[in-house]
Amino acid sequence: MKVLRPILTFLGLVVLWKVLVSLTGVPDFILPGPERVATVLIDRAGVILPHAVTTGMEIVIGMAVGTVFGGTSALVLTVSAPARRWVLPVLVVSQALPVFALAPLLVLWLGYGLVSKVAMAVLIIYFPVTAAFYDGLRRVDPGWLDLARVMGGSTRSVLRVIRVPAAMPAFGSGLRVAAAVAPIGAVVGEWVGSAGGLGYLMLHANGRMQTDLMFASLFVLALMALTLYALVDLIARRLAYWQPENGFA
Amino acid sequence: MPGVSIHGAALAYAGRTVFDDLDLSLPGGEWTALLGPSGVGKSSLLRLIAGLPAAGGTAAGSVRATDGASLAGRIAYMAQRDLLLPWLSVLDNVRLGARMRGKGRDADSRRVAMHLLDTMGLADRATDRPGSLSGGMRQRVALARTLFEDAPIVLMDEPFSALDAVTRFQLQEMAASLLSGRTVLLVTHDPMEALRLAGRIMILSGSPARLRSAGDPPALSIPRDPFQPEMAERAALLFQQLGSGSLEGAAS
Repeated sequence: MKVLRPILTFLGLVVLWKVLVSLTGVPDFILPGPERVATVLIDRAGVILPHAVTTGMEIVIGMAVGTVFGGTSALVLTVSAPARRWVLPVLVVSQALPVFALAPLLVLWLGYGLVSKVAMAVLIIYFPVTAAFYDGLRRVDPGWLDLARVMGGSTRSVLRVIRVPAAMPAFGSGLRVAAAVAPIGAVVGEWVGSAGGLGYLMLHANGRMQTDLMFASLFVLALMALTLYALVDLIARRLAYWQPENGFA
Repeated sequence: MPGVSIHGAALAYAGRTVFDDLDLSLPGGEWTALLGPSGVGKSSLLRLIAGLPAAGGTAAGSVRATDGASLAGRIAYMAQRDLLLPWLSVLDNVRLGARMRGKGRDADSRRVAMHLLDTMGLADRATDRPGSLSGGMRQRVALARTLFEDAPIVLMDEPFSALDAVTRFQLQEMAASLLSGRTVLLVTHDPMEALRLAGRIMILSGSPARLRSAGDPPALSIPRDPFQPEMAERAALLFQQLGSGSLEGAAS
C-alpha cells in the first residue's frame, strides 16, 4: 500500500486532468490532455533529455557547493564570536533581498552558461542550510556541555564529538529545504538568460505555443525535483541515524 | 586523597540572595552528603565546585583542593540525568572523557571502559546505543563514565533520584563500593540515601540558606543497611530537621 498510494494518487490526478480537458474542450495550446503530453514526452525525449541533464547538473552542483558553504559558515559562526557579531546581521539582512531580483545581475556577471545558474542555486539554498545547521550547533543540551567542561574538553573536541553530531537532525532539515528550493534557483536562472536547460526549453516552447512540450518539460522537472528530495531525505535520515522518529500515528 | 574546601560561596538569582558567605569542606577520601529542600542552592553549590557557571544566576566563592594543587582535571561529575550521547555506543559513552581530552578511541581506553561495563553487568551492551537501554541501565552507564574519569574528587548531583526504588538501591550499593576512598560530594533530597552512603551529612536550608551538620550517621558499614532500627530513627530525625529548615525559610 505504501508504494501503491502515490501511484494511485498520480493516476487519479491524470484521470481528473483528462476529464477536465474533455468536459471543457479547451484547445491543446491552452491545456493539452495527458495522453498528448505523454506522446510528446516520448517523441521528443531526444530534445528534452540534454536539457534535463543541464538543469540536473546545475541543481546538483548548486546543492553541493551551497551545502559546503552553508555548513562551513555555520561552523565559523559557532566558534567565532566576532563572526557572529559582524557576519550574522549581514546574513539576515541579505535574506530581505529577493534572490530572483539578482538573477539578471548574475547572468550579466557570470554569463549564460552553467556558472550563473549554479550561483543562483547556491544563493537560494545558502541561507536555509546555514540557518538550520547553525541553530542545531547552538541548541545543544547544556547538560552535555557541562559534562564536557568538567571532563576538560577543548572547544574543538566539544565541536567534533558533541555539537556537530547533535546538530545533524537540524542540518538534515536544512538540506531538505535546500533540496526543495534548489530547482527553483536553477530554473529561474535559466528563464533570465541561458542557452539550455529545462527552464530554457519551457520558455522556448512557450514562445512557439508548444504547450504540450512545456508540460512535458515540467513533468521531467517535477520528477527530478522529487528524486532529489527523496535522495536528500534519505541522506538526512542517515545523518541522524540515532534519532527516534516519533510522529503522530 | 585530597579534600576540597570552599570559602565565601555566594549565589544570587535576579538580585535575590540564595546563600551568602558559605563555607564547606569536603574531607579527603570521604563521602559528604548535602541535603536540603529544592531551590535552596544545593546543585548550584556543587556546580560552583565543579567550575560550572550558575544556571541563570551569579555565583562566587573560592574553591581549593586541600593538597594545594589545582582542581582542574581532578573532578568527575555525575548529574541526575544520565547525559548519554544518543549517537555514541555505550562503550564510547563510557570513554567520552578520553575523546574530550583529544585521546581518541585507543585500545587502552577501550580496555578500561570494557572492564567498567563488565563490573556494571553491561559488557554485552557495549556496542548498543543508549536509546535501547532502560533507565536503570543508562544510569549505570553514566556511573561507569564517571568512574572512567578515575578522578579523586567526584561530584554527584542527585544521581539516583530519577530511578525506581529497587534500581536506586542497587546503584547506591555499586557507587558506594566503587567510589569508596574518594572524595565525594553527593547532593540529594533523599535523607535515606544520605544515611546509606555518606560519612558526613550536611543540611542546607533557610533563606538565605545556611549550612549545618546533621550529626554523625549511625556507626554501620557503608552502604548502611536501611532496615536497621537506628537508621529509621535517624531518618525520622533528618526529616524533622529538614522540615524545620524549610519552615524557617518560608517564614522569613
